[in-house]
Amino acid sequence: MEMAAQPSDTLATLKTESETLKTKLEEERAKLHDVELHQVAEKTEALGQFIMKTRRTLKGHGNKVLCLDWCKDKRRIVSSSQDGKVIVWDAFTTNKEHAVTMPCTWVMACAYAPSGCAVACGGLDNKCSVYPLSLDKNENLAAKKKSVAMHTNYLSACCFTNSDMQILTSSGDGTCALWDVESGQMLQSFHGHAADVLCLDLAPSETGNTFVSGGCDKKSCVWDMRTGQCVQSFETHESDINSVRYYPSGDAFASGSDDATCRLYDLRADREVAIYSKESIIFGASSVDFSLSGRLLFGGYNDYTINVWDVLKGTRVSILFGHENRVSTLRISPDGTAFCSGSWDHTLRVWA
Amino acid sequence: MSGSSNIVAMKKVVQQLRFEANINRVKVSQAAAELQQFCIQNALQDPLLTGVSSSTNPFRTQKVCSFL
Repeated sequence: MEMAAQPSDTLATLKTESETLKTKLEEERAKLHDVELHQVAEKTEALGQFIMKTRRTLKGHGNKVLCLDWCKDKRRIVSSSQDGKVIVWDAFTTNKEHAVTMPCTWVMACAYAPSGCAVACGGLDNKCSVYPLSLDKNENLAAKKKSVAMHTNYLSACCFTNSDMQILTSSGDGTCALWDVESGQMLQSFHGHAADVLCLDLAPSETGNTFVSGGCDKKSCVWDMRTGQCVQSFETHESDINSVRYYPSGDAFASGSDDATCRLYDLRADREVAIYSKESIIFGASSVDFSLSGRLLFGGYNDYTINVWDVLKGTRVSILFGHENRVSTLRISPDGTAFCSGSWDHTLRVWA
Repeated sequence: MSGSSNIVAMKKVVQQLRFEANINRVKVSQAAAELQQFCIQNALQDPLLTGVSSSTNPFRTQKVCSFL
């Protein structure tokens, strides 16, 4: 019988240990699974009827809208499209305030800087670039472009941290990274996903320096931004995770997946605590976001609809029609008075 | 040799699992109660939940229209 020189280090023993640890992880989680969230919420008052309509339609993109983000001023929105354009809109008036043509098509990610003075975007160019927004409408924004992040595959998501100085990115290369905007230097990288990372969300500032990511490996990971360590991971979805969003308290997050479900994971219980699904919903959820109190979860789906879920009870409270193709991106406004959805039908809609 | 890089990769997986297995967890009943509490405490400040009237929601006011 062949004996390895260091028995504890053979591939076989490590694999066995990994299986044992995975089982132990599930057992530890199961011990604390004493009740379901919707059971705890049984005594909560049910929600009434919701009347939410499209209040504004933003037209101007020449192809699929892939991403959007709100400015902190609660009225401006930046959106990016397969047509290579990034547009800044005044959502109250529907006027376009700025437009940038990117050197690539499929601009999958865009984000507004906290100051409102710049936007970041990227996609098939494998980069994340920052464009300062000029008050002079005649100025060519592309001239002041600053390349910040460089990945080895497409940029899937980007977001500024609490200042204009740092950007967090996720990529088809399977990693996330934190960058210094001024120098373009990578401050930290995050390795752990086994396939393309499709989405990320920063924890609310009160909760500390963490963020969550989701990917094609069906896994969502919570990361410590300072150390680069993955501190928690969840693997209950059955397909790609397209969108992740923190619950407003920072103690949980929701994810939307190609498996046609949205799920809620509580970080202190370290497990999935709710699934938002219906037999009639068979198309993937592309984008999710919470209302300000966390009671409502909005999901944009590939069947062109937006489903609104009661987060506590697990039931659907509304279904919104209007888009004429997949809903690809969805965000609540900073003051929670409205939300905006972007679609493959080339438009954005503001609902309230 | 691919064998040793597989071992290095597996060691990282095992280390990560050890780390994750040892974190502190609370019962779902407690976590769920806190999620519910947060919702209730913030319900009145959630415009999409309470339904803000036209006079205070800038998007519901249809009168905003500027022609340049």
